[in-house]
Amino acid sequence: MRVRRVLTRWLVTLGVLHGIVGFAGFFAPYDPVEQDRKSPYLPPMRFHLIDGQGHFHARPFVYALKLREGSFDRYVENTTEPQPVRFFMKGARYRLLGFLPCRRHLFGLENTRIYLLGTDAYGRDQLSRLLFGGQVSLLAGLLGAGITLSIGLCIGAVAGSFGGWRDSLLMRLAELFMALPWLYVLFAIRAFLPLAVSPLRAFFLIITVIGIVGWARPARLVRGVVLSAKERDFVRAARGFGATHGYLFRRHILPETSSVLLTQAAILIPQYVLAEMTLSFLGLGVPEPVPSWGNLLSSLQQYSVLVSYWWIYLPALAMVPFFLGYLGLASSLQERGAAYKIESRIWGI
Amino acid sequence: MKRVTANLKCCWICPTVLLSLFVFVGPPAIAFPQEQITKEELLVLPGEVGRPGGRLVVSLRGEPKTLNPLIAADARSREVIGVMQADLVHINRARQQTEPALAKSWKISPDGLSYTIVLRQGLKFSDGQPLDADDVLFTFRVYLDENVHAPQRDLLIVSGKPITVRKADAHTVVFQLAKTYGVGERLFDGLAILPRHLLEKPYQEGKLGQSGSLATAADQWAGLGPFRLKEYVAGQRLVLERNPYYWKSDAQGNRLPYVDELVFLFVPNADAQVLKFQSGETDMISQLGAENFSVLSRQQRGYTMTDAGPGLEYNFLFFNLNDAGEKTSPEMQRKQKWFREVKFRQAVSAAVDREAIVRLVYQGRGAALWGLVAPGNRRWGNEKLPHPAWSFERARALLKEAGFSWSNGPNGESTLLDSDGKPVEFSILTSSSNADRAKMAALIQDDLKQLGMRVQVVPLESRSLLDRVTQSRDYDACIMGIASYDADPNSDISVWLSSGGLHLWNPSQAHPATPWEAEIDRLIEEQMSARTFEQRKKLYDRAQEILAENQPMIFLASPNILAGAKNSIGNFRPAVLEPYVLWNVEQLYLKNGTENATR
Repeated sequence: MRVRRVLTRWLVTLGVLHGIVGFAGFFAPYDPVEQDRKSPYLPPMRFHLIDGQGHFHARPFVYALKLREGSFDRYVENTTEPQPVRFFMKGARYRLLGFLPCRRHLFGLENTRIYLLGTDAYGRDQLSRLLFGGQVSLLAGLLGAGITLSIGLCIGAVAGSFGGWRDSLLMRLAELFMALPWLYVLFAIRAFLPLAVSPLRAFFLIITVIGIVGWARPARLVRGVVLSAKERDFVRAARGFGATHGYLFRRHILPETSSVLLTQAAILIPQYVLAEMTLSFLGLGVPEPVPSWGNLLSSLQQYSVLVSYWWIYLPALAMVPFFLGYLGLASSLQERGAAYKIESRIWGI
Repeated sequence: MKRVTANLKCCWICPTVLLSLFVFVGPPAIAFPQEQITKEELLVLPGEVGRPGGRLVVSLRGEPKTLNPLIAADARSREVIGVMQADLVHINRARQQTEPALAKSWKISPDGLSYTIVLRQGLKFSDGQPLDADDVLFTFRVYLDENVHAPQRDLLIVSGKPITVRKADAHTVVFQLAKTYGVGERLFDGLAILPRHLLEKPYQEGKLGQSGSLATAADQWAGLGPFRLKEYVAGQRLVLERNPYYWKSDAQGNRLPYVDELVFLFVPNADAQVLKFQSGETDMISQLGAENFSVLSRQQRGYTMTDAGPGLEYNFLFFNLNDAGEKTSPEMQRKQKWFREVKFRQAVSAAVDREAIVRLVYQGRGAALWGLVAPGNRRWGNEKLPHPAWSFERARALLKEAGFSWSNGPNGESTLLDSDGKPVEFSILTSSSNADRAKMAALIQDDLKQLGMRVQVVPLESRSLLDRVTQSRDYDACIMGIASYDADPNSDISVWLSSGGLHLWNPSQAHPATPWEAEIDRLIEEQMSARTFEQRKKLYDRAQEILAENQPMIFLASPNILAGAKNSIGNFRPAVLEPYVLWNVEQLYLKNGTENATR
């Protein structure tokens, strides 16, 4: 029962996190590509409850930041006018979950703009970019893992149930795939793709590439499960009673693999989010101005950004709760299905 | 056989080196042959008198490819060669005017066709061998030899005919031109005089291309510059030592250069240069981006940062106007129909927020640009060139006039449609190694979105970018930057002329594709042979106006020249011309009581 409770806890945590990212349009105050050219590299604003005169405000407020005269990235707080934060206010148009047209945002300011996580080089809101970027990165992870597991399941099942030369061939192929240096292969594949691709096509290209690359490990695991399931007493019995090949596979063998697949999914998703981030970080992923966690971090490749603007690092922190959630989920899934020995190599792609 | 000749060469060099050292070091007690004691005619430089000794360390982004001026094409090689070689007439980087160098004086004949150059007497190469008119003759013979493929050859061809060189006496050379040449004696700047005694043999054997590699033994290479080769450590550094025979002295008669050693450290990129400078490993830094400049300015410790003002680099956006004939794909034909429309280009230009580029890309350390002549070039800019303000209204009006229209999407975003009802979509190439231009592209992308154009930015490695633009010509639009090496317009000749290789929107044309390109060609050719500055300026102003009207290049911005040096470096005066900080390297010195023994 304890295992089950832990599992539920992890599932709820992940559900909430994904919900926030999924409803990014609502939680983010602005359009992620909108540039506010008067406020480059603006540091995060702070919520206040007590103003300069010591008065308490029930509604939290922020102070607008103004560029210091003659400076490029030094700001001063305008402490004379507190800007109360408004909730559920109308703002930039967006599409909730990608299709519902909507204009409500969780919070915003009436007169000026609010930047809770600061802005980047073009004055774009980091918080909005972080949330919308999460959509790209997480979806890449989820879809990529889906592709990998489907391929892995098919190949593993074929190898496991037919055996013989097919098995040897597929498993040698799997070994070959595991031996390849994947990051560099990804570079090579991306370099061959057309130059100017629209953000959407670039996104699906990445998912496909990432997804196809990693099938070997799940395929081997599935094959192992299928092999052992084939020799179980109840399967033999069913076969003795004249069950067909297809029936046996559907009713008895496939369900045995579900635990392995789920655990693998929980391990693969963060791994693939990281793969997408790596590609985008190096400029091979989703092109500007569409945000993803990887290209949000890519400006850190410049030394001047690295030492001057600490809030540009924040997207790197954002993925930590997600990764923790997935790792927790993977370990409780593993505990639940302890009957199967699961290789838990997590970070090697 | 080979070994014997090598040995012979050694035997012949060692005594001469020893002998000449003797001459330099002390008053001769022994009587020397007459030719050894010809008086040296040193060039006396005015300005602050420094202190001899010490070592100067600077960093280079990567290794230079060669020390040989005949094959050097990359900026790093040219920077190193610049301190090892010397020219007849030199352009002073601070004043942007010519001044005597190896030539003591020069005279231009009244018809402007012949230049008589008198060399300084008693000069020696860095290995102690004397310089005379034969070295100059040899140098120009090599530059002009078609088989050598020297990059300098093009500069020495005036209206299709190579310059001829004649020796009048041991120290006088006469250059004969086919037509008057507006540039005048600026022509000789940067043309290193080569050591005939070292290069004649490889030249006759056709092996000039192999000489002067970085691995050359120090005694097998010589020049007339302030420094000479000492040691090369592959992948790490190049150490140069003071040339004891250098032909300049300071106001008190001390022979220059002041410092004993000049070390070039090889580092991979601009950020590494900043780190080396910050940690005190290097003494000077130049070619800084605005962001790194502000990082260094913020934590100044023992060094001073200098903003030398706008330089000669100009960044611009251009569209693919090549005519590939029948090979053009239908899609490209459709796009080129927009690109060829002058109003389309003017609309794009009107929609670009240049002020934001200067502020966000250069942190205000730059200047907005509307013409090819960068603001750092004070003599040649056309002040009357229009500076239209940033205006979407004007851009939209221009597009409407050209037959474009808009359609509104469900989310309130509008899409620009051409006269056939197709959406306007194209991509802009930028160099992936240049963060500044990538930022410009992102800003332009956003500006053009306001006009309903869907633009994608494609970062590409700079080599393949250049190949695409000049060779395969398969691209829509591109952002590039060019840094002129001189303030004279002739340094940009290959951008102006339709036959030029840097006429980027449609390079190396056999015949000018449009009437306005033909007109520019005519003006530039005429300007080249005009005699007075006023005549040239007038023609050149007109060419700038035509370019601004037709907008084949949409000029964006020009960065300031930013540099820095340790406080212990004397005479540090960065210029806006290349080489920004090393142009007066012979005068740089380490101030009293400061030791820079860091490596």
